[in-house]
Amino acid sequence: MKPAPFEYRAPGTLGEAIELLAADPEAAVIAGGQSLMPLLAFRLAAPSMLVDLRRVRGLGEIAIGDSGVRLGARVRWRDIEEDQLLAIAHPLLREAIAHVAHYQIRNRGTVGGSLAHADPAAELPGIAVTCDAEIALVGAAGERCVPAAEFFTGPLSTVRQPDEIITELRLPFWPRDRRWAFREFAQRQGDFALAGVALFYDEDRRGRVRNPHVGVIGACNRPQRLPEVESLLSGHAIDDGLIREAAAAAAQAVDPPEDLHAGAAYRRALVATLVERGLRAASQNGEA
Amino acid sequence: MRVTFQLNGEPVEVDVEPRLHLADCLREVLGLTGTHLGCEHGVCGACTVIVDGEAVRSCLMLAVQAEGSTVVTVEGLSTEDALTPLQTAFRKHHALQCGFCTPGMLTTAHALLTEEPDADAERIRAALSGNLCRCTGYIPIVEAVLEARDAYRNTEQRTDKP
Repeated sequence: MKPAPFEYRAPGTLGEAIELLAADPEAAVIAGGQSLMPLLAFRLAAPSMLVDLRRVRGLGEIAIGDSGVRLGARVRWRDIEEDQLLAIAHPLLREAIAHVAHYQIRNRGTVGGSLAHADPAAELPGIAVTCDAEIALVGAAGERCVPAAEFFTGPLSTVRQPDEIITELRLPFWPRDRRWAFREFAQRQGDFALAGVALFYDEDRRGRVRNPHVGVIGACNRPQRLPEVESLLSGHAIDDGLIREAAAAAAQAVDPPEDLHAGAAYRRALVATLVERGLRAASQNGEA
Repeated sequence: MRVTFQLNGEPVEVDVEPRLHLADCLREVLGLTGTHLGCEHGVCGACTVIVDGEAVRSCLMLAVQAEGSTVVTVEGLSTEDALTPLQTAFRKHHALQCGFCTPGMLTTAHALLTEEPDADAERIRAALSGNLCRCTGYIPIVEAVLEARDAYRNTEQRTDKP
């Protein structure tokens, strides 16, 4: 469980960090290291150099404004948990992040690290995709902003280039009266979920669903929304029949992985149950 | 690489390979073997130490990342001849059997109660959920941490007064 040798640099600016990455395609970025260190321990990753962001200023802010919530790449799970304003500005984010990992890992794990690692069962990538968030990157070729739906391409795979550093996650504005829920099932607290569901919708004056977003983690090879389920819900008032229909459609829409923890059929059933519970919770009280 | 940090109240300087994780640095380079290594990939929690006041897994942190930090290990919790109230509560409640997980349990609980002296049983269980114990069944550990809360509340009151 010892990492292969690598060089280590802790530059003081983003510019220097990008120069180091651009000069060495085998270099990797480290911040909290809570996903990368296990990969190094197993030698699933063997970078030539680690570029540590710990001395880079300005990536640690949580900004709440009229256009939404912006999370700097070095914001930690702990910071999100402790920010009381976020509970109002983005309750779905706060609830989902409450499920991330364990106490010690929450003290070091970061927003940028989770997005870059791109575990299909991770909560933050799921929230980013469900909420139509954008991921800001900066590299040798300049800055760019990628919609979360296009950012994740598969298990541990993203469109991030080797010389690019994630700087920020931008979540669109969250209306106060939005209905939402987050549900996941893991075998033990803090474990990656076997499956999870993040969902929200707005209501028109007659209580019909507008703007439904239903996202799934753990039961697909990357976080994704379920358009089939969303179109089923759109324009209708939530009732028991619609909830059952949506749950069945969700189970059909996912293509779950098989592993030693759960088979595909089990994960499919789990998605149905989680969608059902999530929609019921959202329709009854507007929160999880 | 040369790295300097505060370890249990004393400044230390070590010369380490970048790939050395903090737990191996503490154990192999600095000789403090109280920090235990169970899994070395962030699952078992045995290697938990306190960095800048926060519980972290020392196998998921490089020694070079500790530059300028304040690190407290299980050795730093008590003086040589006395147990802390938390350690006393562990003994009283039989919160350890083989003892392998105990350093991580103690450092995690110490960090938690220092920040949250009023943590309830549910919060304590959540915080300790990242520490595996194969002997006790956890119940005596949670009881010990619950009982130790008083000592942390008193400490807080004392430091509040000028």
